[in-house]
Amino acid sequence: MKFSESWVREWVDPGISSEELADQLTMLGLEVDDYTTAGGDFSDVVVGKIESVEQHPDADRLRVCQVNDGTGSTHNVVCGAPNARAGICVPFARVGAVLPGGFKIKSSKLRGVKSDGMLCSAAELKLAEDADGLHELPVDAPLGQSLTDYLGLDDHLIEIDLTPNRGDCLSIRGVAREISARNNAPMREPEFESVAQALSDTFDVKIDSNSCCASYAGRVIRGIDASAQSPLWMVEKLRRCGLRSISPSVDVTNFVMMEFGQPMHAFDMDMLEEGIHVRLAQQGEKLTLLDEREVTLDDDTTVIADRKKAVAIAGIMGGNATGVTGDTNNVLLEAALFTPLGIAGKPRRYNAYTDSAQRFERGVDSDLQQRAIERATELLTSIVGGQAGPIFEVRNDSLDRQFPEVQLRRKRLAEFLGTTVDDQRVIEILQRLGINTREVEDGWMASSPTWRYDIAIEEDLIEEIARVHGYDQMPRTNPLFTPSIGAFSESDLPRFRIQQLLVDRGYQEAVCYSFVDGEKQIHFDPESDALALANPIASDMGVMRNTLWVGLCETLQNNLNRQQSDIRLFECGLKFVMQGDDLIQKPVLAGLVAGLRNPDHWSASPDSADFYDVKADVEAVLGLANGRKFHFESGSHPALHPGMSARIMVDSEACGWLGTMHPKLQKTLNLSQLPIMFEIELEQLDQGKIPAFEDISKFPSVRRDLAVILDQTVSYAAIRECVEKHAPASLQAVRIMSVYTGSGITDGSKSVALGLILQEFSRTLDDIEIDSAVSLILNGLEGDLGATLRT
Amino acid sequence: MQNEIQLDKLIVRATESIESSQDLKMLDTIRVEFLGKKGELTQQLKSLGQLPVEEKKAAGQKINEGKRLLQQRIEQKRQNLEAFALDQRLQSEAIDVTLPGRGRTTGGFHPVTRTIMRINSLFSDLGFSISEGPEVENDYYNFEALNIPAHHPARAMHDTFYFDAGRLLRTHTSSVQIRYMEKNPPPIRIIAPGRVYRCDSDMTHTPMFHQVEGLLVDSDIAFSDLMGHLEMFLQRFFDQDDVEIRFRPSYFPFTEPSTEVDIRIGGGKWLEVLGAGMVHPEVFKSVGIDHQQFSGYAFGMGVERLAMLRYGVDDLRMFFENDLRFLSQFN
Repeated sequence: MKFSESWVREWVDPGISSEELADQLTMLGLEVDDYTTAGGDFSDVVVGKIESVEQHPDADRLRVCQVNDGTGSTHNVVCGAPNARAGICVPFARVGAVLPGGFKIKSSKLRGVKSDGMLCSAAELKLAEDADGLHELPVDAPLGQSLTDYLGLDDHLIEIDLTPNRGDCLSIRGVAREISARNNAPMREPEFESVAQALSDTFDVKIDSNSCCASYAGRVIRGIDASAQSPLWMVEKLRRCGLRSISPSVDVTNFVMMEFGQPMHAFDMDMLEEGIHVRLAQQGEKLTLLDEREVTLDDDTTVIADRKKAVAIAGIMGGNATGVTGDTNNVLLEAALFTPLGIAGKPRRYNAYTDSAQRFERGVDSDLQQRAIERATELLTSIVGGQAGPIFEVRNDSLDRQFPEVQLRRKRLAEFLGTTVDDQRVIEILQRLGINTREVEDGWMASSPTWRYDIAIEEDLIEEIARVHGYDQMPRTNPLFTPSIGAFSESDLPRFRIQQLLVDRGYQEAVCYSFVDGEKQIHFDPESDALALANPIASDMGVMRNTLWVGLCETLQNNLNRQQSDIRLFECGLKFVMQGDDLIQKPVLAGLVAGLRNPDHWSASPDSADFYDVKADVEAVLGLANGRKFHFESGSHPALHPGMSARIMVDSEACGWLGTMHPKLQKTLNLSQLPIMFEIELEQLDQGKIPAFEDISKFPSVRRDLAVILDQTVSYAAIRECVEKHAPASLQAVRIMSVYTGSGITDGSKSVALGLILQEFSRTLDDIEIDSAVSLILNGLEGDLGATLRT
Repeated sequence: MQNEIQLDKLIVRATESIESSQDLKMLDTIRVEFLGKKGELTQQLKSLGQLPVEEKKAAGQKINEGKRLLQQRIEQKRQNLEAFALDQRLQSEAIDVTLPGRGRTTGGFHPVTRTIMRINSLFSDLGFSISEGPEVENDYYNFEALNIPAHHPARAMHDTFYFDAGRLLRTHTSSVQIRYMEKNPPPIRIIAPGRVYRCDSDMTHTPMFHQVEGLLVDSDIAFSDLMGHLEMFLQRFFDQDDVEIRFRPSYFPFTEPSTEVDIRIGGGKWLEVLGAGMVHPEVFKSVGIDHQQFSGYAFGMGVERLAMLRYGVDDLRMFFENDLRFLSQFN
């Protein structure tokens, strides 16, 4: 909300500077967003009157004005404004004046005609964002008076950002109340006289109990002067609250809203057809709003209607057909109360974020309607004349608010805040905030004022005390709490350790969006389902990722485009997998490598990283889960090269993939490099085993190498399994020394050299035992896998 | 007498030979020539037998002295030659130590992870443990249980991504509070880092960002404790003398009183870095904790905002572009 400091000071004078005032508001929880002077920085601009106007001899669009600035002499001023005409008062910048932006006014010639000074628009003086002509002042404005003094521009405009619970501060009254409480300064309500009833006209009002209208107050005013204009002081005040002057009726309703916080509406009474009916709209009912848009209403929306038609969306915006115009003679003023729940969500639905909706959505003072009518009548009749009927109000009892007493215990207050606030100050704060308070033995009983919707429990009162007393006045303490040691077990493997390992192995961590382009993701696995957002922010962020590869590949591509090479990336995060209708949110680790095995180096050959380079990294990660047995099986995945892809297994359960990207996918994604990728389910790595010591043999180990020729399709896993199956217990380890195909080996066969490490726990192995072990293994390989000894 | 003169000459000659030897092999030849079994000095020793007894002893001593002298000189020379040879070898083996090392250098953590790790570590010093929750949440955990019923105006502050009537992307990590308190009785000290989502994208908003939620519940926790802890945390996090911290009243449906915490570095502008407050009784009610017996505070901080301030990053969106030239600056 935007408002003028001087207006607030009319209500309360705390005896502090403007800066302090702004600072106090922020520290009261009414965060000051913007704080500016009421007008631009200018000097020597006075009220001037255009006495006469002549056409410029050499320019169609310029006129030569004689301007009276109260000094007794007139000034020749050339002006291009369309509304420059004899008889109006406007801001006149004399020769020597300085306008906002440091623009100096000098005596000059425009197309050969002398011009001594400048007539100004509101925009030129930074009184408005834009303007379409000279800023017309009332015709009785005192000539020669400084505009700053005349308009009272020695003022500040303050814009506060209110939290949704503080609808009561969407008015001068609300802001003043806060200042009053903070400074323990009295608040002065404006004084005005009630306008006496001169007519007996009322309006038949009916409120349907299922509508969101708690109260509807109104008053008829007949015989207004449609040509009257709002007074300058009102126009200025509204301007400083960011509201444009439109017509006296509209200005007055806006003024009362700003002053008290009660949104109002003025109907052209003659456009209403008998009576007011506050009811729910019929589904599909149409209404053309003040902004000339036709909206189609839903049946959960309360409307103000007459006997025949809806004439306003309750609390949000009036209809175009029944609004006040320049021809209006008779007015119906409305001040109603609509519940926050009834308004919530509707401004968005009807795209009508009005000042009124903003207030009703947060809660308007439930005891303000008649007073607002009184105030508006007084203001309106003082401008446009007319005669008023009686104030009438109809209430919907089912929506009456209750204000039960809430206890505030002295002890609880001190314990909850961690500091003591004097009883005297507590009472002061509550009373200044208008919270009805009485003392009881252990503290106070208090009940919410009619303008607050956020005071229902003891903590609400404690917050009020803390907030007004000032958070900055309270101590900072270090809590005493029950000591306990975290539940972290030694067997838990922290995710951070896994990330650290990959970082140490040269990987850069990426953080990609969890929502991806569904059309792109489908290429990684055409069979997979993805959870789609109902309201994505962009079509390429429409579905939840079911693999982290999509984001990593996009990151790869972006970086390749930026001339980066030799890329190693990983990411830890959730993937969102659909299993039927069930969603599983799985934490995974994914990575990819593209480019050289080692960075460009003076002593290394520039080999590309391959499957086995990345497998080493994956094995290192899996190795962190001490004691968990992982293995790799050949497998096929639509995103991976069928001959270079492995399913990662733990026991008999699949827990990830490792492989080179399928060249088809590479082409689809238009990647210039073929990455090797992996993805591992992190839950399988969450726990390892706690180390358990095994005794170490004191006897020497022996190593025997064995080279065999096998069919090329026999996997190393099969060879190893076979060796372990046939070897005696003395076999401690098998090393794979070489895998060779080519010259000397028959096509379709390969030579595999194994290193066998043998050791006994209780004795040194002798040659006979060793030879026998090797033969057992060789026989096993020959028998099971058709191997032959390479000679 | 004549023998003595001959011996002196021999020693001079031998010494010259030793001095002039170029390498260890030559030196050994010289040693054999003079001190070997058939060497000149050995011969002289052998010839002592021909001398009269009274001269034998003195002459023998002389010859032995000469022998020791030559042995000494040979050893000296040997050491010199060895030192020289090592020197030569070292010189020939010299490499350019300024060439880069072989292999791969380390990568790096994403700055968001780096920041979360730092926050985790500071709070774990205070005895907080880490808790996590799902990112696809339901209305109950994200809103209802946090005292944000349907149509609450606070919902407008959360531009929520929805999947269907029941499911949404969590708009804050506060949902983890509820999930944790449902399962664990007080005392509670947790922080919950993670991704959160809001349907908003411009210069200063990305549709996904990170928060760290904190929750402390115990028998006697006061608002002043919240301020004490958060002030201590922020001072340690920024680790600078010119950091000012301000607690400003604010509003969250799930805390009361509520506060925004602003920081100001070097007298610049106040910047909001976290929101906090005392856990609202309604929240305790929804998880079955007696709010008269226990009290607690909760906070939520924006990780990217803290990272931007800490590392001087001026564009939020860079965090999710994953440009290696950006990421590698945080290694």
